[in-house]
Amino acid sequence: MARTPRQPTTPATDVPATLEANTVGSAVTKGRRTFLRRSGAWVGSGVALAALDLHAQDAARASSGTASPPAIPDSMKAPGAPVGDKLYGVPSKYEAGVIRNVPKNQAQYISAASRTPLGDLDGIITPSGLFYERHHGGVPVIDPLQHRLMLHGLVKNPLLFTVDELRRLPSISRIHFLECSGNPVYTKPYGKTASDLVGLVSCGEWTGVSLKLLLDEAGLMPGAAWVMAEGADAAAMTRSVPLDKCLDDALVVYSQNGERLRPEQGYPLRLLLPGFEGNMNVKWLRRLKVTDAPVHSREETSKYTDLLPNGKAREFTFYMEAKSIITSPSGGQKIPGAGFVEIRGIAWSGHGKVVRVDVSVDGGSTWTQASLQEPVLTRALTRFRYPWQWNGRPAVIASRVVDETGYVQPAFEQLVGERGVNSFYHNNAIQPWRVADSGEVFNGNG
Amino acid sequence: MATADRTPTACGVLRTVAAALLLTLSAPSIAQTRYGIGRAATPAEVAAWNIDVEPDGRNFPPGQGTVAHGRDVYNAQCAACHGANGEGGMGDRLTGGAGTLATDKPVKTVGSYWPYAPTLFDYIRRAMPLTAPQSLSNEDVYAVSGYVLYLNGLVPDTAVIDGKALTSLKMPNRDGFIADPRPDVKNRECMTNCAK
Repeated sequence: MARTPRQPTTPATDVPATLEANTVGSAVTKGRRTFLRRSGAWVGSGVALAALDLHAQDAARASSGTASPPAIPDSMKAPGAPVGDKLYGVPSKYEAGVIRNVPKNQAQYISAASRTPLGDLDGIITPSGLFYERHHGGVPVIDPLQHRLMLHGLVKNPLLFTVDELRRLPSISRIHFLECSGNPVYTKPYGKTASDLVGLVSCGEWTGVSLKLLLDEAGLMPGAAWVMAEGADAAAMTRSVPLDKCLDDALVVYSQNGERLRPEQGYPLRLLLPGFEGNMNVKWLRRLKVTDAPVHSREETSKYTDLLPNGKAREFTFYMEAKSIITSPSGGQKIPGAGFVEIRGIAWSGHGKVVRVDVSVDGGSTWTQASLQEPVLTRALTRFRYPWQWNGRPAVIASRVVDETGYVQPAFEQLVGERGVNSFYHNNAIQPWRVADSGEVFNGNG
Repeated sequence: MATADRTPTACGVLRTVAAALLLTLSAPSIAQTRYGIGRAATPAEVAAWNIDVEPDGRNFPPGQGTVAHGRDVYNAQCAACHGANGEGGMGDRLTGGAGTLATDKPVKTVGSYWPYAPTLFDYIRRAMPLTAPQSLSNEDVYAVSGYVLYLNGLVPDTAVIDGKALTSLKMPNRDGFIADPRPDVKNRECMTNCAK
């Protein structure tokens, strides 16, 4: 992994200093600290750490307890399910609670959103079935054999492609996050969990065709400056994209995480504009029109514009700026007890790579560098982790990302000071979690 | 892509000629592009798909509609979600909000917030009503666009709405939008003694 100039030079797991700074030291805590230090491995001592699993729904089975487990469990006494039992695999029945987070009591669910359960997930790839959704006219059923993509407008060769024809063209696979720009809004009531707050972000591996290749095939004419994308859904979703982005890293995607796109993600084709707000990544893509100006569609004028306190609104606010959030321990979860806690989270930036994440466990007074899990990819989720010795007392924990442009994730107060609370979109503030002495975790914002 | 023959046999030449003739005579044709994959979109296909109308008035379909007819369309197709007078419900509020954008409780509606009237026509035509989009005639879309503008006090009840009328109507918030200035806040990489 290439390192940028901003890449930290000191080891990220500067644990002992952190522990000293945050540990006031019961005998239990000190004992554990000594054990961990002797073990020489702060992370990865699986047996010890398994007992401290923070999975909220696993709390009941998180403790190994005093009873001895069976020496020969039932699973070893009889054969399991035969091959072919499930032709398309699904998660264990014990994971049935890990599902999309759908807000209750919406007026209707045709134009609505569901959120990724961030607090339940590891790594950087969001399972396709848990990818966040935002639909404006429901999820259409589209026969790929009937679907076409049209390129027209300021081009020499207006073109029509079948899905199979697009798959014949040179392909590209890349890992990128996708994030709705209203993630979260600035106003109360604030969400309780990481998913409530920031669950409109997910990350996947996308495979498709370079949009630049398609535009080269069509041949741009003088005056070309924007590309309008239209979806084949009941909203006929319409957004204008600057030509520069289309000629940079934009993709027309047909696969996600190795398989064809899920219907909720635009089957059989979607636009992918890495780092740009989710709404522009038009799903069920059927038309690309090259124009000399934005079409000023409803979605890019009356929606997805950011109203300021002075009554003016920002338009064409495309980039998702750098953001991070601690997903474990996070709101709704419970730390089982004082001692070692690996703080885990995700960070990302629409402007490129994450170069650094700092974590505070004292309400933002002191920050310490977290370690980043490779790979650290452009415009993709990046995992960070930070070993913490929780002393069992109330604490406020938070993360703060710096991206390769040098941009530092702001505090909520900074954003509100500049934008007010009615800006609605592009809230990328630091998210504090308040840990109670019970171990329960709450949103640190009132 | 016309032929895979590489030797100039008579048969191969004939095939090439035949393929070229096919390309010339048959429409739509295979794309004459680097990869030769996909085909040309015909002008008729483009015209049928290209429903976008733009703020400068380009690409409005023929037709017009009256505010009076728009009232009927609205009551039949829109009122259930957007309220009898555009006050909102399951669907967005469409009316009112003038003068609220710079207050603590801004009300963003067609009248108070939307910068361009052609966008109203474009959106209704492509996406409304929610349960049956692209079912209204152009005349109905012109008419109901006019009625929503009338509910906002932007056209008289006698108005006849067409593409020209929508393009020439200056919406109250036309000049209410500014370019993206981000990054607009600058946090520090403070590491110690950061709390105020």
